[in-house]
Amino acid sequence: MSANFLTHQHSPVANTPAAISSDRVSGAFVSRSSRRSYWIIMAILLLLSALATLGLLAYKNPMPFGSERFWIVAQRRTSAVTAMGIVAVSQAVATVAFQTVTNNRIITPSIMGFQSLYTAIHTATIYFFGASGLIASRNLEMFIIQLVLMILLSLALYSWLLTGKNANMHAMLLIGIIVGGGLGSVSTFMQRMLTPSEFDILTARLFGSVNNAEAEYYPIAIPLVVASTALIYLNSRNLNVLGLGREVSQNLGVNHRRHSLIVLVLVAVLMAVSTALVGPMTFLGFLVAVLAYQWADTFDHRYIMPMAALIAYMVLTVAYFLMQHVFYAQGVVSIVIELVGGIVFLMMILKKGRL
Amino acid sequence: MIRLDNVAKRYGSDVSIGPVNLQIPAGGITALVGPNGAGKSTLLTMIGRLLDIDEGAIHIANFDVASTKSEDLAKIVSILRQENHFVTKLTVRQLVGFGRFPYSKGRLTAEDETIISRYIDFLNLGELENRYLDQLSGGQRQRAYVAMVLAQETDYVLLDEPLNNLDIAHSVQMMKHLKEAATALGRTIVVVLHDINFAARYADYICAVKDGKIAVLDTVENVMHDELLTEIFNTPITVIDGPDGAIACYH
Repeated sequence: MSANFLTHQHSPVANTPAAISSDRVSGAFVSRSSRRSYWIIMAILLLLSALATLGLLAYKNPMPFGSERFWIVAQRRTSAVTAMGIVAVSQAVATVAFQTVTNNRIITPSIMGFQSLYTAIHTATIYFFGASGLIASRNLEMFIIQLVLMILLSLALYSWLLTGKNANMHAMLLIGIIVGGGLGSVSTFMQRMLTPSEFDILTARLFGSVNNAEAEYYPIAIPLVVASTALIYLNSRNLNVLGLGREVSQNLGVNHRRHSLIVLVLVAVLMAVSTALVGPMTFLGFLVAVLAYQWADTFDHRYIMPMAALIAYMVLTVAYFLMQHVFYAQGVVSIVIELVGGIVFLMMILKKGRL
Repeated sequence: MIRLDNVAKRYGSDVSIGPVNLQIPAGGITALVGPNGAGKSTLLTMIGRLLDIDEGAIHIANFDVASTKSEDLAKIVSILRQENHFVTKLTVRQLVGFGRFPYSKGRLTAEDETIISRYIDFLNLGELENRYLDQLSGGQRQRAYVAMVLAQETDYVLLDEPLNNLDIAHSVQMMKHLKEAATALGRTIVVVLHDINFAARYADYICAVKDGKIAVLDTVENVMHDELLTEIFNTPITVIDGPDGAIACYH
């Protein structure tokens, strides 16, 4: 058929050969200047991230630079920076992939009940075992239990609601929110019965903070994040199609249900690792995804996801550096990120008038 | 040829479509017409494997729609639904480029680029190709979507109400493009239309659907008759001779 049409003398298409020139290409970027600005923004982000990382590792290091003791101090600080890297990558990649698969740029995967489960687990621990129980539970086994519980919760939701005959993504999201709300109420109920001192300890734990992370978690956390991120990234071209919705993807031969399910499972792993490692980071993923869509200015996930991850890392490292060395208030970093992030987000929306 | 054998779809106990036996001939434009809720779009989406069938079988060019791999079918049949909302920001050219996905899997070759350019020009979108979809008018956007499914270079193209929300001029223009795609490019186009007169003027065959069953599938001349149309559309219709063939009067 197509060969026939190519040789067709009176084809309206064959009459316009001049229009088909080599400079008409459809890349991920609209123009050369938008490609250039992508890489310039990436370079700036990289530079800021590198500076903040260096600052976190070396600033106010009491030992002379390069000495053996300097590296011992730096190594101790590396643990927190590693946590920032893990959280940045998992939150950014999970949020972008989740928003694409659900075709919705307003929600984040945290609404699937990860945070509420985290809160419920910690509240239950202190409720049943007391403050010493909560402190003693800060170990590898507890980390793995949290991971498994969170992944199981999301798998149950997915397999129940996405594989049946009446698969419905929005019903699944709604039920995720309801389950999260239910867990939240149970946690609030238990919190009411705690003594003030126990409640104080619990509250400190429930703020997302990289200081919650322990180096012994990394041998599990890092491979999980690397593998999930790699699988999602290798799926970028399919994600681009999934972003066009179920019907268009199906038309283009992409099995929407299967690919969505794979991506959602990987998103669950990433969110579980991040939440179990440092606690809730409600706004971070959302903020960096919005910024990445704006700054990357492309539909192509191969470019959006690295930028989102880099923005997340930059935001975390710069925020921690400022909080530790300028404002001396490192405990409240997640609050500050959400405050600043919220303001930046509102400015962005009001300026551009759309998501 | 598109062949439907005893195809049925059930929505609850009282609403159902089929069983439908139908052979849509290869080549030309076949218009699916009928009253609201007759099942035109449902039939089209089942042929385009966007909706699973409950009973029966659908074959497109001897490929069983249910068992052929979706990525292989994407090179045989393409389908465009009437509502398309993307959260991603795309230019016309990027959108049409997605039409090449079944072949390139996202890695566009020089040949793909030539084909993309060809269909952009085919639908007169050359000057708009680097505009974002949200900067286009409804008619232009509709053309961009059609360019995408044409760029898929499938022998069979299914379009669900492509004239929806288009004014008279854009509707005529769109039908001319489709006619051209059928004659010059040799495509088989199945299109859901609401206006029987557009079907009469541009289609080669008219397939009327009523209450989930096929009322008639025949050439335009054989369908354009008072009694037949009156019965199908539940409203008195008189067919008169117009400058370009039969015209149905029903206002």
